[in-house]
Amino acid sequence: MAPMTGKQHNIFRSLDWWTVAIYVALLAFGWVSVCGAGYTYGDTDILSLSTRSGMQIVWIATSLFLGLVILLLDDRFYDTFAYVIYALLLLLLFLTIFNPHQIKGSRSWLVFGPLRLQPAEFAKFATALAAAKLMGSYGFDIRRWKHFAMACTIILLPMLFIVAQRETGSALVYIAFFLMFYREGMPGSILFTGIAMVVYFVVGIKYEDTPLLHTPTSVGVSVVMLLIQVFTAAMVGIYSRDRRLMWYLLGATAGLTLAAWLFSAYVIPFDTVPLQFAVSIAVIVILLLRWLRTRITTYALISLFTIGSIAFFHSADYVLNKVLEPHQRVRINVLLGLEDDLNGAGYNVHQSEIAIGSGGLRGKGFLNGTQTKLKFVPEQDTDFIFCTVGEEEGFLGSATVLVLFLLLILRLIRLAERQPMSFGRIYGYGVLSIFLFHVFINVGMVLGLTPVIGIPLPFFSYGGSSLWGFTLLLFIFLRIDAGRNLTRMR
Amino acid sequence: MKDYNLENRRFVIGGVAVAIVLVYIVRLFTIQLLSDDFKKNADSNAFLKKIDYPSRGSIYDRNGKLMVYNQPAYDIMVVMNETKNHIDTLELCNALGITKSYFIKRMDDIKDRNKNPGYSRFTEQLFLSLLSDQEFSIFREKMFRFPGFYIQKRSIRQYTYPYAAHVLGDIGEVSPANIEDDDYYQPGDYIGKLGVEKYYEKELRGEKGIRIMLRDAHGRIQGSYRNGELDHRPVAGRDLTLSLDLKLQALAERMLQGKIGSIVAIEPATGEVLAMASSPTYDPRYLIGRKRSKAHKALSKDVWKPLLNRSIMGLYPPGSTFKTTQALTYLTEGIITPNTMFTCHHGFFYRGLHVGCHGHVSPLNLVEAISTSCNAYFCWGLYYMLGNRRKYGSVQNAMNRWRDYMVSMGLGYKLGIDLPGEKRGLIPNASFYDHAYRNAWNGLTVISISIGQGEINLTPLQIANLGATIANRGYFYTPHVVRKVQGLPLDTAYTRRHRTMASERAYRTVIAGMRSSVLKGTCRDLGRLPYAICGKTGTAQNHGRDHSVFMGFAPMDRPKVAIAVYVENGGFGADFAVPIAGVLFEQYMTGRLSPSAEHMAETLQHKRIAYGTHDR
Repeated sequence: MAPMTGKQHNIFRSLDWWTVAIYVALLAFGWVSVCGAGYTYGDTDILSLSTRSGMQIVWIATSLFLGLVILLLDDRFYDTFAYVIYALLLLLLFLTIFNPHQIKGSRSWLVFGPLRLQPAEFAKFATALAAAKLMGSYGFDIRRWKHFAMACTIILLPMLFIVAQRETGSALVYIAFFLMFYREGMPGSILFTGIAMVVYFVVGIKYEDTPLLHTPTSVGVSVVMLLIQVFTAAMVGIYSRDRRLMWYLLGATAGLTLAAWLFSAYVIPFDTVPLQFAVSIAVIVILLLRWLRTRITTYALISLFTIGSIAFFHSADYVLNKVLEPHQRVRINVLLGLEDDLNGAGYNVHQSEIAIGSGGLRGKGFLNGTQTKLKFVPEQDTDFIFCTVGEEEGFLGSATVLVLFLLLILRLIRLAERQPMSFGRIYGYGVLSIFLFHVFINVGMVLGLTPVIGIPLPFFSYGGSSLWGFTLLLFIFLRIDAGRNLTRMR
Repeated sequence: MKDYNLENRRFVIGGVAVAIVLVYIVRLFTIQLLSDDFKKNADSNAFLKKIDYPSRGSIYDRNGKLMVYNQPAYDIMVVMNETKNHIDTLELCNALGITKSYFIKRMDDIKDRNKNPGYSRFTEQLFLSLLSDQEFSIFREKMFRFPGFYIQKRSIRQYTYPYAAHVLGDIGEVSPANIEDDDYYQPGDYIGKLGVEKYYEKELRGEKGIRIMLRDAHGRIQGSYRNGELDHRPVAGRDLTLSLDLKLQALAERMLQGKIGSIVAIEPATGEVLAMASSPTYDPRYLIGRKRSKAHKALSKDVWKPLLNRSIMGLYPPGSTFKTTQALTYLTEGIITPNTMFTCHHGFFYRGLHVGCHGHVSPLNLVEAISTSCNAYFCWGLYYMLGNRRKYGSVQNAMNRWRDYMVSMGLGYKLGIDLPGEKRGLIPNASFYDHAYRNAWNGLTVISISIGQGEINLTPLQIANLGATIANRGYFYTPHVVRKVQGLPLDTAYTRRHRTMASERAYRTVIAGMRSSVLKGTCRDLGRLPYAICGKTGTAQNHGRDHSVFMGFAPMDRPKVAIAVYVENGGFGADFAVPIAGVLFEQYMTGRLSPSAEHMAETLQHKRIAYGTHDR
């Protein structure tokens, strides 16, 4: 047993200072943005605790302290107590469902005097730990259905409880763990199918009522049908390595669809969807025939994907339009950012685009943004914080922030890959998947590219819970990484 | 045991991250550097956001009579940065009819961040709210002399009639908590505070419009931004059609004058509330515009609590009207049959326990018991039900079974009417009594609940809804006061039938009893009316004079209306509740009042009950 001081010395020598540097840079950038978002003209005291920027300093300081404490703890602690931590946070999440205190319709905030905590933010690291513990255990193989189901259960439980707190956005974050599953051996086709389903749903529902030029064709349905055919062709190319069939299918389906669109738009308007449907059936028949001839199951599986895609899309459409009651439908549309009826989500995105656009190359400078000052952008210091960056720091500043996030994620991939134990690697991938998902959705929503889902931008959005949550996630991984050589000796 | 094939997947994941960031940087590049519009306005220009307020939805009664509408009013706004030093304060004060000290105080308040958290020197701040047309016209002529002062067009609510204040509710300025809860609101906005104005706030309010104006570095407006491409016009709120019948409502309120109580009338076939009166009440016009906060304070301090909607918030013992629920339960559970006879010699006597009753024939069957409102009959019923160990095993099980019946009839829980603040009343269950009597209780201990006394508490709405379920022979629709929201389907919560646990045969017997009560029993006064009224009186004991209660419906076949009348300390059911109900039945069934009914209404209107001020 090494003496206490020696061990600490080791920790700080083997700590990955690159990650710490990026973390500190992001925190600093984040604080500047919160100042910009919260500041109004004439209000000069950005350090006062009565302002958001002043409070954010408190959160940052406590986060740094939290990080230090984590570094000083033994790294085996997380491995040993992974399930206990997970169980405790699950219990907390469950109890929060019955929280009588609602903020903006969500029960996810626990209020203790001036302090508001959101257990959902802390459940992320616990879930990552538990998943890492399970998947790192001896003999675990995610390609086996039973094991895959167990891993999914670990993720689904907190999701379920968070949805019950009416904080759907935070629940969706847990989907990020599938990226980690992928690294750990989940077949890529599952990830791909999942992404394809989301694309069908969002594209299909969003543009369902948009007609193609003046024809009766619905852009959403038509494009989804085309996507299904293109995906099918791509799968044929990738999984059965039958390039000829792939090009043949791609050419035939895309060509026919294009021809139908043009004919419909310029000659005789007609609904191209039934035609595309017939083409899809033909594709399925071709694949099945090929399967029967060659006895290669891949063809059957791909045709199953095609059938499943069509069935999923139509049933989703049916459920949304026929089964659900009107007010439930509105809620789903608002969640997907498709309807700006309730609190004007579409309007918010538009305003945030104006704010960012007005930043230009260099931005308007610290505290000089007019858009954010005049309260055009809602939630400007939480979910829409990236607007302030765009407006005040301009293209250079906002691109720098994105590059910093990219560096962080790439660095974490490197750290994860160098872990001697699979526990560390899996946890590391869990962490970086969550960061990637947050950046992807949050920045994408501000830029008008992804649905409006209210989740914070790590280290930028105002608030203690999210900052503490992200710091926990990151520093536990850094602690595990710093102990990698010791672990090897053990 | 490293899998090198899987290790390569890090490149896929890293590649995804790189791709996302690249796409986002390209997107940033397009909107920040390539798009000319944004660049032009980047540094020196600022935007000015002008809000256009939508008109709030109007409210109509069920026959399309306009009840609530909007009247224009004007807010005076100020941009502090533009007012500096070049304003003739005195002239401004004269134009607005305010004193100079008020002006100074107001300006200080606006700048005070504790009182006005959203303050900014560069944006419009509310200076004076809701000026009427006349007040505003003087100011408008001189406005050009007061740089930095602007007008914001608003509207206030106006009421065509002085009725239905509790149902309509009112609007008032948003509180900080409202703003916290919903991004839509900004300080100075209006929000429904009571009644349907609160419950249907989202439907009534519409959607604010926004115009984005450009201004130069001197603050001068240069025109609209991008030719108004991003502006959007306000969307007017949706109109509401209430289910109230204005004439019936007015009549109900009139007859409750000088009394404390409540009247609720429901259309059984739909659950629509035809009238909901609560007394004492107030004129909704009292709570309009700038007077509101003062008037509201006065009303909330009033010892008679005129703001309280007793129809849904008042908890009352239902008295004998509750016997109908007992009859339904005992019959369906097989405790009694329509022919079961019980004796009653001026009350229920058992082992020293005595519940009094009045003189009538004995023994008697259920129809007669309902007709004469015999206490003993229902005491025996409950006694046999709670004491039936062979059927239920324990008194607790029997009690909970009993409770399930009550709950299925819409009692003991909120009915879910579309008004804020509804109370659930009290229907005790076994654990309630286990707790109260430390497990030492039986049917005799709780015998008074069988006659609607004891722990039982209901809202007048629940009593009226009980009438509707009996009229429907066993089901009800959740009562609601709004029958139509413009452009939206009615919430399915109001179109779903709720069945009670009692059998249809039991309902037929109870209805026979209620009809008999009108023809020769406790509500004989209604027997002369030609609409086949079925009714049940109640005389609810309490620590003061008895409350006068009536519950009934008409006509017996194809019922059109169910009514509950509750008059606090009104004495026997027949003293106040029955004649009031009679006038209401006539009004609703014929659409008007005969001279004799009009005379009766007049008499009832002027009858006052002397309430002491104690324990208010």
